[in-house]
Amino acid sequence: MQTESKMWRRYLMWFAHEHIDFRHAEMQSIISLLNIPVRYVEKPCVRKPYCIVEMPTEDCVRKIASRSVLLKNCIELWARANTVSQLHVNLKNSLKNSTGSWVNGEKDNDGVSNTCLCPKELIESSCPLKKSFKIEVETFCKHYSMKEKVSKIETFSYLPFEGPVKLKNPDVTLAYLEFYGVDPNDVPDEPYDVFFGKWIADGQRDLIQVHSLKKRQFIGNTSMDAQLAIIMANQAQVKLGDMVLDPFVGSGSLLVAAAHFGAYVWGSDIDYMMLHARTRPTRVGQKIRTKEESIRGNMRQYGTESRYLDVVVSDFSLHNWRSDLKFDAIITDPPYGVREPTEKIGIERENYTLSEEHMANHVPSKVEYGLGHIYSDLLNFAATHLEMGRRLVCWYPLVREEYQESQLPSHPCLKLVANSEQVLSKLAARRLLTYEKILDDVPNMPVDPNAGVHNFREKYFTMGETTRRERKEKRAEEVAAYLARKLESTRYDLT
Amino acid sequence: MKLITHNMLTSKCLKGVMTGYPLAINATDVKVKEVDFNPEFITRVIPKLDWEVLWVAANSIGHGEGLPKTLEPKFEEDEDLLKRVHKVLLEVEVEEGNLTCPESGRQFPISKGIPNMLLTEAEVQ
Repeated sequence: MQTESKMWRRYLMWFAHEHIDFRHAEMQSIISLLNIPVRYVEKPCVRKPYCIVEMPTEDCVRKIASRSVLLKNCIELWARANTVSQLHVNLKNSLKNSTGSWVNGEKDNDGVSNTCLCPKELIESSCPLKKSFKIEVETFCKHYSMKEKVSKIETFSYLPFEGPVKLKNPDVTLAYLEFYGVDPNDVPDEPYDVFFGKWIADGQRDLIQVHSLKKRQFIGNTSMDAQLAIIMANQAQVKLGDMVLDPFVGSGSLLVAAAHFGAYVWGSDIDYMMLHARTRPTRVGQKIRTKEESIRGNMRQYGTESRYLDVVVSDFSLHNWRSDLKFDAIITDPPYGVREPTEKIGIERENYTLSEEHMANHVPSKVEYGLGHIYSDLLNFAATHLEMGRRLVCWYPLVREEYQESQLPSHPCLKLVANSEQVLSKLAARRLLTYEKILDDVPNMPVDPNAGVHNFREKYFTMGETTRRERKEKRAEEVAAYLARKLESTRYDLT
Repeated sequence: MKLITHNMLTSKCLKGVMTGYPLAINATDVKVKEVDFNPEFITRVIPKLDWEVLWVAANSIGHGEGLPKTLEPKFEEDEDLLKRVHKVLLEVEVEEGNLTCPESGRQFPISKGIPNMLLTEAEVQ
């Protein structure tokens, strides 16, 4: 047996089982943003919605919880085991552990110990007579009735809690968690893992409802889902007083998330009608846009209007920012050429002229602005216009089976620090790419050599075509086989 | 359009234009909208500004009052100044008007507070 440092406490971080590929990236971004030292006792992994960490103070935990949208809650760990009976044994032995620190037990093959004992002071400090308490039972992947949960709570009656039980706002909330795996079609009778501890803080799951697109005044056809927008702001390490730009701003959902964390925000877009909220309404049944609908209006709705700087109608291929201007973060979702067109100002015809009288209300024509060029321009722009050490966060669409990390957009001044996949369909996905600026000396870059690879639109539709044709052929074959069988059986009947 | 944005915008996208900065403001409608004061943010922004451009711009739309022509060192200790800069940068808004390129004279309209910096297809050929 070995003892560990007295200073650090052990915490169970419990995550929502959603956007799993983003979980670790978000946590790492927040930890490095807040500069919090973390030791992993049990590393995060895709097969379980939790990890166990050690941190110096409870304040660290609260800070992390105040940012993370994928974190459900965080519990000061008192005991864990792979069976319910072992958990009780551990807890009872912990009450006798007066070494003042954790006593680690034997580790199994996965490096997990089921017989760790917490110092008894951890439990006793929550027990005084005056402190009211409650115990919450949470079961992952299995449902229990209230009655069953109460009987589970009663098994902890040996704990020396003297204060009154109070269900609303108690001084201490204790948590008992049972984990039955992540496969709802294969739920075991007994849990794989059980935990007991003191609740410390909830993550930002509630913010998903608060920022929900369903209740947002102004939305467009491709507005970013509230949860993903918050993840992006975390990936970009947006903090109070930052200056943030979204160069493909659309209806401004990314600005909403960035401003929530204290950033002052700019947006630009080539779509004049969108920035003036005069596009066709997105909601079913809504005929015209209301006067309140605008990006600024959205920020007013969430109480962050003070941090709205401006939106500018501008073509990103010929942007208008001062060349020495540096942003603290650039977060964006460029058009993929499927639901939103990839366009820049231009005309195929040569020697086109425009007379003075038509200038005032002229709507310029647009030409294709290929994804390869968009990402080259975006990475070059970020290399020039980011503060050192700050981040560009953007989505990148691709055909799943063709994905190769080496073909992602790249730039010598930018280091890819995170890359998480969101699956969109059987064939297509998009990846959230997080780049950090590591070099200030920006070379004159040619267009990305992989630019041709980034033609998502063409691939997306040709992929769709072949499968559609394949599906048709398959169905025809099935029908033919069925008819043949039927013919066979009638022939049999006749004979 | 706020003056903080004006301080960062150029018309260098135009062919033959070198810096396209600063753009001249011709405002027909200017509003003042109150915004929460954040001294840390203003202190952080000031070094990023072209101060003279801000001073000229503020005066050109009649809101230069109390703004010093040159910035003293240790400006961050002068809360009064920070408040004045805050007002000029974030509260004064050009609702309607034009921005003019200093080199070519090309005008960019501002309507409902949003500048339109788009060129025409003829200009990008």
